Amino acid sequence: MSILFSGRASSGASAHKISLGRRFIMFWVNHVRQALFSLGELWRTPSASILTIGVLGVSLTLPATLHLLVKNVQQVSDSFTQAAEISLFIKDGTDDRQINSLLRILQADNDIARVTHISKQQALDEFADVSGFGAALTYLTDNPLPDVLLVLPKNTSAGSARQLLERLSKERIVEFGKLDIDWLTRLDAIVGLLRQAVLVIAVLLLGAVLLIIGNTIRLSIMSKKDEIEIMKLVGATDAFIQRPFLYSGVWFGVFGGLLAFLIVEAMLWWLQGAIGSVTSLYDSDFRLMAFSITEFFSLMLLAVLLGLTGSYLSVRRHISAIEPTGP
Amino acid sequence: MLEFDQVSKSYPGGFVALDRVSFKLEKGEMAFLTGHSGAGKSTLLKLISLIERPSVGRVLINDVDLSRIRRPHIPYVRRDVGIIFQNHRLLMNHTVFDNVALPLVIEGFSGKDMVKRVHAALDKVGLLDKVRCLPQTLSGGEQQRVGIARAVVNKPPLLLADEPTGNLDPDLSKDIMRVFEAFNQVGVSVLVATHDLGLVARMKYRTLTLKQGKMINDGLLQYQEDPL
Repeated sequence: MSILFSGRASSGASAHKISLGRRFIMFWVNHVRQALFSLGELWRTPSASILTIGVLGVSLTLPATLHLLVKNVQQVSDSFTQAAEISLFIKDGTDDRQINSLLRILQADNDIARVTHISKQQALDEFADVSGFGAALTYLTDNPLPDVLLVLPKNTSAGSARQLLERLSKERIVEFGKLDIDWLTRLDAIVGLLRQAVLVIAVLLLGAVLLIIGNTIRLSIMSKKDEIEIMKLVGATDAFIQRPFLYSGVWFGVFGGLLAFLIVEAMLWWLQGAIGSVTSLYDSDFRLMAFSITEFFSLMLLAVLLGLTGSYLSVRRHISAIEPTGP
Repeated sequence: MLEFDQVSKSYPGGFVALDRVSFKLEKGEMAFLTGHSGAGKSTLLKLISLIERPSVGRVLINDVDLSRIRRPHIPYVRRDVGIIFQNHRLLMNHTVFDNVALPLVIEGFSGKDMVKRVHAALDKVGLLDKVRCLPQTLSGGEQQRVGIARAVVNKPPLLLADEPTGNLDPDLSKDIMRVFEAFNQVGVSVLVATHDLGLVARMKYRTLTLKQGKMINDGLLQYQEDPL
């Protein structure tokens, strides 16, 4: 493109009437070349690059670790679905026929996953077994325990379980229903709080990452001030000058993200043994969950986007500010 | 090719660097621009390369008024004007090849075509054997010639030089001037700012002389007469 001389074929591409497809390929080849060039630039200033990447990796490690923590706590809390079991105590003196018909109705209910009937006698036997009052219980003239229906809702969330409890409590032969869900609600609240905290910390740290990358790129622009002036004097556009810096930002993101991933993996590996001994004491088959593929790529994408944004903010302000002062 | 129409330039603080300067450089013409330091030579070149804008008057290149060029288009204008700087302005940690190729890379050249042009430009200034050297390892004259090769590599129709022989001995200066003459002979318009009056007088080209921002001479300069 030549503004002053309309007949002057100045662009390398337009001078040769290169086909659109080839120009498209060249466009990408050029980008790859510049990306590699920027990588080489990082390599040539290893100490500064390693510091920036290190800060980036550590900054990303904390939110990533917290995310894994929330994920694992959630896994634990999800395994307590039994907690949402509803116990329906049947009125004393109800005959077996009525109980059986209620049992059948509940089994057909769409909101209910499973119903178990524990008869008076079963309850008494179990109580005798477990409590150790076996001998004493034989002195009872009649069985004081009620029939119980254990109902497992399909939807085990606290809210819907409570709704189901209210509905079932209205059944004629039901004395009252009981749902021990408070502690589950509390756990949910704590997990929710944890997740909010993670979000806040993540936002703060990601902000810090933006500033760090922006500052690194700014220093690198300042150290190349002369070069930038020369490029501007021979006709480079701002877009051309800023491209290598943007690629540097992307590379910072890539390496920072990888570093964060490696740190988290190392931490998991380190903790695996300790957690294993704790969970074996609790007779639990809990397994620490690591990153999934999607989470890994999300982390990398986030890191790259941060790198790009940080360098873009810096580049946009500082490159246009550098103007050649004279021939 | 290049036209100044009643151009004045004053800097903040009231210093008048150029005062109603008018001249015209035809296509394929070569001219010298002389004057003491502070006479306005640099300002005049800055107006052409759009580093500065005139306070009054118009600067035209190929009948295009430069005041119409908006900031995003300035780089495209600079690609049409080859500029040679007094202090060379080379990329010191890049090879001679990279330095000369820079304007081509900026314009999107690549591959064989680029190599061919860079070699042709270096050949014209006689530095083909230094293509892989770093500028630090070259002498002042050689660095200046690298600067010239970079200015002409994309074949601009207009060539500006600011004190190209500033720090060179007379023989080297003469060589550099020969290079400019060679470009001029293939149709490039050349404007050389210099205070080397002896050289200017020997070369017998049109000479524009500035004094305190005013154009006081336009024509052949007679050596020894001291027109200043």
